[in-house]
Amino acid sequence: MLYDNPVYRIMGDRSVLVELGDEISLPVNRRVRELFLTLERHWIEGVVEAIPCYCSLLIIYDPLKITLPRLQDRIKGLRRTMNGAEIPKPRTLKIPVIYGGEYGPDLAWVARYHKMSPEEVIRLHTGSTYHVYMIGFAAGYAYMGTLPEKLVTPRRETPRTSVPQGSVGIGQKQTGVYPVESPGGWQILGRTPLKLFDPTRLPPTPLEMGDRVKFFPIREEEMAQWQSWRP
Amino acid sequence: MAVVETLEVLSPGPLTTVQDRGRFGHGRYGVAPSGAVDSFSLRIGNLLVDNPEDEACLEITALGSKLRALSDLVIGITGADLQPHLNHKPLKMWHSHILREGEILSFRGPRNGCRAYLALGGGISLSPIMGSKSTNLFSRFGGLEGRPLKKGDVLSSDSPHLHLGAGGRAVDRRWIPSYLGDWALRVALGPQDDDFAEEGKRAFLNSSFEVTPQSDRTGVRLAGPALQTKPGMEDSIISEGVISGTIQVPGDGQPIIILAETVTGGYRKIATVITADLPLLGQIRPGDTVHFEEVSLDEAYQALREAEAIIEKFKAGLFGDC
Repeated sequence: MLYDNPVYRIMGDRSVLVELGDEISLPVNRRVRELFLTLERHWIEGVVEAIPCYCSLLIIYDPLKITLPRLQDRIKGLRRTMNGAEIPKPRTLKIPVIYGGEYGPDLAWVARYHKMSPEEVIRLHTGSTYHVYMIGFAAGYAYMGTLPEKLVTPRRETPRTSVPQGSVGIGQKQTGVYPVESPGGWQILGRTPLKLFDPTRLPPTPLEMGDRVKFFPIREEEMAQWQSWRP
Repeated sequence: MAVVETLEVLSPGPLTTVQDRGRFGHGRYGVAPSGAVDSFSLRIGNLLVDNPEDEACLEITALGSKLRALSDLVIGITGADLQPHLNHKPLKMWHSHILREGEILSFRGPRNGCRAYLALGGGISLSPIMGSKSTNLFSRFGGLEGRPLKKGDVLSSDSPHLHLGAGGRAVDRRWIPSYLGDWALRVALGPQDDDFAEEGKRAFLNSSFEVTPQSDRTGVRLAGPALQTKPGMEDSIISEGVISGTIQVPGDGQPIIILAETVTGGYRKIATVITADLPLLGQIRPGDTVHFEEVSLDEAYQALREAEAIIEKFKAGLFGDC
């Protein structure tokens, strides 16, 4: 549920978790985004950074510059003056994916699991627009949802020790792209040629919390031409 | 400004990385802070050799590494005593030393602590990425191509000869932390301490935990009595932001103190190590024991002011204006 008033939870002497609800839902996540973007536009002296997640905003501060009670007052002040008009509308980004084959080693398994054809899995995965709830776990790793009910799939029983960069996976109700090669437990349906984490660019990932994302299928031969595309 | 090759890696040791004070402001993109896990040693090491205190150093883990000086330079060695030697002569910890071109600096293994910091007069010449030279091993960027040092790597510094006057300095004994292997860490409870059963909270504050070999720069993993949550709680929670020092408790009840390579987590956090004690986390090694002491936020702030005062006094002493 969406809280009427945020719950402030102490995380040590230099951060506070501002909880705006207790569930994974669009209304709660939108409220997190509002507070995050408002804070960004009205920066509070002593705040080091803020990390928005599903239903909370973690605010990290320098305790030598601002104490918790003062910071809490300032956040309450921000919430009173929060103005929806200055919050930019979410963008919609399109991500090309080569589904199946060596790029999507779990596509066939997922199709069998749901007793449907691989084409149907692709149709379902590309048929929805997903919301970026948060970026975390690793640099540029966006948690997106929600998958259509028919595509909700358990994670792999044994996670892979190495999933290639760009792999597009699903796990439970979520979908996402592995921005760099890393271990991972999601079911891999395909791969995008886009670089979703590039430390030499700012921002280092084209995705932002709150964005809307649509996947679309491309053929292997087209891979090269999409590589430098920004969604 | 002349960039000069200063050190060549003859043997990297198991894990030697370039780290400064860390990369901040990019957590929203999932970018972890990285950085020296013992920031006190990093800062003092830099000050010993007349660098800005947040300059990048080499963070050398456990077993030593071996380096050759490619030009005359001054180095500062702080943190864990890994038995540094210049050619075959032992070097004092928490001192600055002059290395002459061709001389070999080696670290022979830990006498205490876990990570030594090697500061180079003139720093490590690298372009910062997102404001930092720190190595992010998971996402493979920063430092030297985002990887640990390897044999044959060459480090460069900015005008190292201008720092040679900083040779022969020592850190006052009373400011050198002791790494005895039995750690008392001060914590502020929260954010999810209320989800733990009374028994679990008591066990957390009254038990000794052993540090397991799975510990690394992502976290110090502990083994001890399982910290139980209240009945009916699921093992994980909805992912949220975390900071270094946060103590998360997965379903098996064994706590993990998060270090520098994580920005979000999906487990309950019973408490968080206070900022003043964070540098100690970098010196905890497998087999050590850890216990936790609860303090109030005011006590934590006071402890941080005291810790910063040590650095200020050290600076004042160096620059002769105390």
